Amino acid sequence: MNLPCLLKKGVNDLAFEALTQKLEAVFKRLRGKGKLSEADVKQAMREIRLALLEADVNYKVVKDFVQKVTERAVGQEVMESLTPAQQVIKIVHDELVRLMGPKDTKLNFSQSKVSVFMMVGLQGSGKTTTCGKLGLYLSKMGKRPLLVAADIYRPAAIKQLQVVGEKVGLPVFTMGEQDPVAISKAALEHAFRHGNDVVIIDTAGRLHIDDELMEELERIKEAVTPNEILLVVDSMTGQDAVNVAETFHNRLHLTGLILTKLDGDTRGGAALSIKAVTGCPIKFVGVGEKLTDLEPFYPDRMASRILGM
Amino acid sequence: KFSAKIDEDTLEELEEVLISADIGVSASDKLLSQLREKVRAEKIRSPEELKEALKEEIIKVFPAEKLEIVPPTIILVVGVNGVGKTTTIGKLAYRFKTQGKKVILSAADTFRAAAAEQLSIWGQRAGVDVVKHQEGSDPAAVLFDAIQAGKARRADIIICDTAGRLHTKKNLMEELKKLYRVSEKEYPEAKIVSLLVLDATTGQNAIAQAKIFKEAVNISGIVLTKLDGTAKGGVAVAIASELNLPVFFIGVGEGMDDLEEFDPKAFADAIL
Ligand SMILES: Nc1nc2c(ncn2[C@@H]2O[C@H](COP(=O)(O)OP(=O)(O)OP(=O)(O)O)[C@@H](O)[C@H]2O)c(=O)[nH]1
Ligand SMILES: Nc1nc2c(ncn2[C@@H]2O[C@H](COP(=O)(O)OP(=O)(O)OP(=O)(O)O)[C@@H](O)[C@H]2O)c(=O)[nH]1
Ligand SMILES: [K+]
Ligand SMILES: [Mg+2]
Ligand SMILES: [Mg+2]
Repeated sequence: MNLPCLLKKGVNDLAFEALTQKLEAVFKRLRGKGKLSEADVKQAMREIRLALLEADVNYKVVKDFVQKVTERAVGQEVMESLTPAQQVIKIVHDELVRLMGPKDTKLNFSQSKVSVFMMVGLQGSGKTTTCGKLGLYLSKMGKRPLLVAADIYRPAAIKQLQVVGEKVGLPVFTMGEQDPVAISKAALEHAFRHGNDVVIIDTAGRLHIDDELMEELERIKEAVTPNEILLVVDSMTGQDAVNVAETFHNRLHLTGLILTKLDGDTRGGAALSIKAVTGCPIKFVGVGEKLTDLEPFYPDRMASRILGM
Repeated sequence: KFSAKIDEDTLEELEEVLISADIGVSASDKLLSQLREKVRAEKIRSPEELKEALKEEIIKVFPAEKLEIVPPTIILVVGVNGVGKTTTIGKLAYRFKTQGKKVILSAADTFRAAAAEQLSIWGQRAGVDVVKHQEGSDPAAVLFDAIQAGKARRADIIICDTAGRLHTKKNLMEELKKLYRVSEKEYPEAKIVSLLVLDATTGQNAIAQAKIFKEAVNISGIVLTKLDGTAKGGVAVAIASELNLPVFFIGVGEGMDDLEEFDPKAFADAIL
């Protein structure tokens, strides 16, 4: 490979090339037709395992995945048009798509009342920004969203949401630094009186192990019965994504996930981990800091990305 | 071969622990092969000894450097979005102030909504001055003013907040280099320290972050934030091993004094 070509390629392309080459080496002796033997598949799966771990898919999730795919791949006919390496990659890719899918960006609205969406997640994952993005997305759908400043802890969080609201041309409900439960309730009232049909509550970032603050979320949930509780997850998250997602899900029964900061070069294996432990659909992805940078989640694109394709 | 008690299963268990801590496959492999050597050379028998030996290997990876402040110093605080830069600056300001140093903060994140307001609140908490401009203004101009203020008020340390940026964004990385150049040009007597802030929850992508930020602004060391969660921040091991970058501080909360000096032993203990 010449240098300019190498420079043009992203990290992911290179990762995929390396993976393909390694798999090709594994299958070198397996020419033409025939069935994939268990030994062949096992050896190939070692490379797949490595690729998934390098993409930050959780260790245990990888283990289960590899076992499942091994079973599926053993004994399969090697199709004429494909090399065994490509075939294994295809099986792996399909299985990743299946696990992260189906594509589901449907948001659950209330028929008669004001719909309530609540954003939750760790510190700095992108909740406030995503409130603005989702608000803009909804207003383009013809909705009349109200953003709600229920983060009373982070310095200037309220101001941040106000600036975001102004940028997307949406009203922002604030009540200073009062109890977030009271703020959320009052916001719902306000929305009802002002003709807003959906409120998006920006909650403070918190650790999943912070019992007091997790309880606060439970109280908000109880007070305003959200139609959507969306966990906002940084796509650069590593192995701990499962602990975080599992705890948030156990306490709040999440309805969906939003993956942020996918505009970088992270392989984003956390997507697979959080889907695996919560079973909730990944509805949207954040692909930039601009408030228009929100896209639907495509499981097939994510599978390719995790594999470095 | 290992002794009867320390077999491949034990090593696989350790591999799981290391990878689950985000140390990554290649750095974990490296640690484990060093461990194998050690087992052989030192005739390690018990799992307890094995664990201690692995901890030693982890500790050894980190360069022992500490952050040294020689006034006047300009500290550029950089990193990807949402890792904890602004908060860390608040904590650092408080720490230095408590040590009797005069600190000025430069609100050179003019991009993120309410970033300057956020830094100003931290400035008030720590009791230090903040130089800021309007949102959307030139970050280099903010730093320029902060340097002038620093000279005039005889500040020991100027800490510069920067907008979060993904390392893959070429134009934003250029903007960051400009801040470095402004520091060099406007305050040649000052020592420039670039601190990379990494979120301990981050996986292997942090390696790419460290590489590219290091190339751009000559990173002196790392602040590893959010270690009060359940993530272990093991990617710092991979980074230290590949790039020889020390970790200076860790963030263990959202309060002003939730910043600690990095202790490799405590760090290794938390992993194993
Ligand atoms: N590149 C990129 N940056 C993003 C994206 N989403 C959010 N950000 C940035 O990530 C940083 C954190 O975003 P916030 O919206 O403040 O995150 P948060 O979850 O509200 O943070 P806390 O309230 O402190 O918990 C900001 O710099 C955002 O601009 C994204 O999709 N891509
Ligand atoms: N639990 C915990 N939270 C932290 C720590 N450090 C920062 N945070 C939180 O992480 C979130 C993001 O922190 P910021 O300081 O705004 O991060 P930043 O890197 O300046 O973000 P951008 O400027 O948007 O790129 C805030 O909610 C902080 O309170 C830490 O050590 N532990
Ligand atoms: K983060
Ligand atoms: Mg927020
Ligand atoms: Mg900041």
